[in-house]
Amino acid sequence: MELTNDHIKQRLTEKFGEQVSHFTEPYGMLTFEAPKEMNLKVLQFLYDDPELKFKFLSDLQAVHYPNDTGRELAVVYHLHNMADNVRLRFKVYTDITVPDVFTATQLFACANWMERETYDFFGVNFVGHPNLKRILNVDEMDYFPMRKEYPLEDQTRADKDDEMFGRGGTI
Amino acid sequence: MARPVRFNITPKERDTKGYIGLAEMPPGQTGEGFFTTKLSEVVGLARKNSLWPLPFATSCCGIEFMATMGSHYDLGRFGSERMGFTPRQCDMLMVMGTIAKKMGPVLRQVYIQMSEPRWVMAVGACASSGGIFDSYSVLQGIDQIMPVDVYVPGCPPRPEAILDGVLAIQDLVQNESIRRRNSEHYQKLLLSYGIQ
Repeated sequence: MELTNDHIKQRLTEKFGEQVSHFTEPYGMLTFEAPKEMNLKVLQFLYDDPELKFKFLSDLQAVHYPNDTGRELAVVYHLHNMADNVRLRFKVYTDITVPDVFTATQLFACANWMERETYDFFGVNFVGHPNLKRILNVDEMDYFPMRKEYPLEDQTRADKDDEMFGRGGTI
Repeated sequence: MARPVRFNITPKERDTKGYIGLAEMPPGQTGEGFFTTKLSEVVGLARKNSLWPLPFATSCCGIEFMATMGSHYDLGRFGSERMGFTPRQCDMLMVMGTIAKKMGPVLRQVYIQMSEPRWVMAVGACASSGGIFDSYSVLQGIDQIMPVDVYVPGCPPRPEAILDGVLAIQDLVQNESIRRRNSEHYQKLLLSYGIQ
């Protein structure tokens, strides 16, 4: 039987009930979310279920929604069922003041570097990660640059004249 | 309308007799069988015409540099035929391309490994000032970590501009006092970059 989005959704709601929610299909790709404490259970179920077989983590990253109080950081898992060539997107949301999410490294070895990158840029603290430190940026960096908290340019620069770039000054 | 050409506007006569181009003689006294001049002039002349460039190419300016090294523009005409890919043997560090902050210590290490006298050329907007990358991850000009002698503007600069930069370095090399590298002023300059 072909693995349809409806079928995946049905299997998930059978197993987790109300806890998996917000099912949408942007561009035909099944997307849903779950509470952040449930992330490993959902991933494990998607992995182990003999019909679903989502055994490949193709991408993992975070999104920052600064206006969504209490749910500022979304951690997004992109999963791929290699056998049936079906993909889905799974999100968990977390408070930016307590950005703790369980690590998926026990389930997917490839999550190691992707979680380090997500930590590096968004500051998501992956609980249980074996080596959670910066991977791309300089080690001395004491902020998370992809959070939408910063002006786009370094405002302390003195050697670039603002007037020449059309920001501030008298035009 | 003809495109205005900035560089090479006074071309030399073509040398059809196959003479080898010679460097100009420094000022001095000539007599029968002897020639006297200052040692610094000779040293300057020798250094100027045998610069060993160390290319540190990270992006598109590096591609322009490859064209500069190729037969068409031929940096070898100016005595810089030999690329050294080891900093210990080279005199001229050519930094071409965006230097990320994480690359900074590597570039600095390369500079420290070069022996004196050494010259640095920042090729292109990124190496000179960070260029369009006004960003958290990009070093805003290599002059934040090392002294730079010549900046070549452009994004990327044309090979003619890179040649012009090399000629500017050659001028510096020729006219530099041979005591400059031992001077207190120079030591202070290096110390201001934290280099011993």
